[in-house]
Amino acid sequence: MNIEWIWGLCGGLVIGLAGAVYLLGNGRIMGASGILGGLVDGSAKGSMAEKLAFIAGLVGMPVLLHPLIAPEAQTHLTSNLGVVILAGLLVGIGTRIANGCTSGHGVCGISRFSLRGIVATVFYILAGGVTLVLLRHVMGVI
Amino acid sequence: MRLIIALIAGSLFGAGLLISGMTDTTKVQGWLDVFGNWDPTLAFVMGGAILPMLVAWRMTTGRQNALTGGAFPPPAKPEVDRRLIVGSVLFGMGWGLAGLCPGPAMASLSYGGLGGLVFLVAMAAGMFVAPPLGAQLDRAANAA
Repeated sequence: MNIEWIWGLCGGLVIGLAGAVYLLGNGRIMGASGILGGLVDGSAKGSMAEKLAFIAGLVGMPVLLHPLIAPEAQTHLTSNLGVVILAGLLVGIGTRIANGCTSGHGVCGISRFSLRGIVATVFYILAGGVTLVLLRHVMGVI
Repeated sequence: MRLIIALIAGSLFGAGLLISGMTDTTKVQGWLDVFGNWDPTLAFVMGGAILPMLVAWRMTTGRQNALTGGAFPPPAKPEVDRRLIVGSVLFGMGWGLAGLCPGPAMASLSYGGLGGLVFLVAMAAGMFVAPPLGAQLDRAANAA
């Protein structure tokens, strides 16, 4: 039996706990694109140190945990760097224009029944599904 | 104190992303690819993450301030505008192409190899050029 979903559920609960800590502790919505984007485009101003501390944990914790609990875990990212660059640009531009990604609109938005969060999630999942199915099954390029 | 809480939240987020398997692009693409070998994991991750957040949002009602004294976020804006739709579609296209979104892209930096680093740099570049593009969308919406 495939038990991967149990890990998904456990990991998901930890992600939600992270969002709860950030919200109740600092009064912030945990959105990965907003945290990184605010640093990149300089809009973070007063919250720069807080955002850097968050990213230090986000990048640093897997450095410690990866060898301990999931040494075999890989990203399995495509080796086609053209696709990687195009995808990165689209994710960066899209999440900042929409003001949120899977964590901000998805996790934090849906859990407060935000219409914007729900609409954004529906659109990025649909766009992702259509893009993947078209390029993989119809055109056979990825 | 704010910094320690941010560090703890970031660490939990990174741990959760690693445990859940969401830094593995085959799981994300497996969920999006309804015509392939469909993988339900992402739905469990989303569901699992929403549960503690439901409780957290409930706990904000009736309280004035967060633990460190700052205000809670304002109520969610109701309006669905052009930026939200166009941005989400662009994000979804990139997400489908590579199977990475911003959180996992950062969490997997230490084991994602060169490709992961290239993705992160491209994503940051996209974030850098996004504000003027978003402003242009607003102007187009106002003109229409």
